[in-house]
Amino acid sequence: MAEIASGNATRENEALLTRQDWRERWALLGLASPAVLTVMIVMVIPVGWLFYLSFLSDDGSFSLEHYDRMLESKAYARIFWTTFKVSFLTTGICILLGYPLAYFLSQLPKRAAALCMLTVLLPFWTSLLVRTYAWLVLLQSKGLINEWGISLGLWEEPLALVHNLTGTLIGMVHIMLPFLVLPLYGSMKAISEDYLKASSNLGAGPVQTFWNIFFPLSLPGLFAGALIVFVLCLGFFVTPAVLGGGKVIMVSNQITNNIELFFNWGAASALGVVLLAITLGILFAASRLLNLNRVLGGGH
Amino acid sequence: MNWLKRPASETQITHGQRLWLYIVASVIMILLVAPTLIVMPMSFSASQYLEFPPREWSLRWYEHYLSSPAWIDATWTSLKAGFLTMCVATPLGIAAAYGLHVSRHPLGQFFYIVLITPIMVPVILIAIAAFYVFVQIRLVNSLFGLVIAHSILALPLVLIVVSAALKSYDMNQEMAARSLGASRFTAFIGITLPQIRFSVLTAALLSFLTSFDEVIVAMFVSGGDNSTLTRNMFNALRDQIDPTIASISTIMIVISSTLLILSQFFGKSRD
Repeated sequence: MAEIASGNATRENEALLTRQDWRERWALLGLASPAVLTVMIVMVIPVGWLFYLSFLSDDGSFSLEHYDRMLESKAYARIFWTTFKVSFLTTGICILLGYPLAYFLSQLPKRAAALCMLTVLLPFWTSLLVRTYAWLVLLQSKGLINEWGISLGLWEEPLALVHNLTGTLIGMVHIMLPFLVLPLYGSMKAISEDYLKASSNLGAGPVQTFWNIFFPLSLPGLFAGALIVFVLCLGFFVTPAVLGGGKVIMVSNQITNNIELFFNWGAASALGVVLLAITLGILFAASRLLNLNRVLGGGH
Repeated sequence: MNWLKRPASETQITHGQRLWLYIVASVIMILLVAPTLIVMPMSFSASQYLEFPPREWSLRWYEHYLSSPAWIDATWTSLKAGFLTMCVATPLGIAAAYGLHVSRHPLGQFFYIVLITPIMVPVILIAIAAFYVFVQIRLVNSLFGLVIAHSILALPLVLIVVSAALKSYDMNQEMAARSLGASRFTAFIGITLPQIRFSVLTAALLSFLTSFDEVIVAMFVSGGDNSTLTRNMFNALRDQIDPTIASISTIMIVISSTLLILSQFFGKSRD
């Protein structure tokens, strides 16, 4: 009898402990609730509201007209084409420039690396608008680059470097490069030197060691950086608006046009919903291929 | 030139064979910092057209900035918004990061995802969604509306930075404090917080900068008396190349590089 009673007591104690444990877990989770509520009220619900708006026609009835127009209109097709083209080109150029830079930084001794890293961090901390302005000043037809190019005899007429695709790409690559270099550098630093030593010990030349050992091991970091850059490019607004001079219209720019010029909330919302769907789709697809927590944690 | 023949790494490659890498990397590093550095001397030019190097030096664009009530008001709005965003986002983010880290609740993962969505959703969408709602509850052009919109942009950064710090922190120290009778709150303030203070400072600094630099949300949500500096700069940039902006840019570069150097300096004392 006594044994059974004590068994019951233990079970009750355990149940009580579990209950207390859960109560504490809920209380601790509650610490996150002010933040979660703020995000819900200021972003999630309003974006949901826009989602709803995008399915309404002008008279307030349910319709797919905004999505229909997006599928049929050549203007919208061009905007999406521009958005993808600019994003792809920016990501590609960032990879071409960022890989050698990250590799160089990863090979330096600690002190020198920290010093050279400032050249990546300084633009990263400088206002996006300031950097866009700097390029606007440098690239304009009477700007420094055209003046120097002409005075050195490299070209004769001022080149159209700004208010077009070229200017937009230059500005965007400059802004995005740190987002590629930082995670890539992190993953390169994590590659153990032992693998490289082993490879060269076994008779592989430096080039072979790089391509067969170092490069494959650096790919997750490269992929993470490229993903961040591409996704950020898709939603870019400021640089195309300033350096594109109205000639490079990306989805974000069209959304503002729809609201500021045409007061068409339905069309703007539909564009926003499609942009969001593409962005989340890409992030979701990428999350199946790599650990997104590392990407989101490795950004800074 | 003996240095060129010396091995650069364990894989027996020499510095000479790697010379191309040093050149390419230097060019890219120069391209990264040069544009903003060149704007700084240009802002001291006396000419209407920004020159490099300036033929005649003057402070006229700085005077223009400092004597313009519109620019000064906008600067104050930005500073206020940045400071308040920091005051809202940092504590909310720390509380969330701590709560999610220690609760081990199944819902925690879901909350984490909700909290970092603002960095995944295109900013333009956040801007128009906030604008749409703010118009109806009359928060447009108010500092309060701007601050809460900026706070949700800053929250994910605070969460990521502080969560990372908590992951590498040994929670047993807090346990020890609590077993000696401290409440969870006292233990956190007295034991944990001082040890993650550099990450907390970084998070606070990042939330200030997020708000201070932000353009798109400010374009829709702020205006009138509460127009931000970046909003005014952006509007000015779309029309013409105003040299006043070169002087404002220079001030901003000086401030951001000071903050960067400070954060690097504090970061160093960590290890």
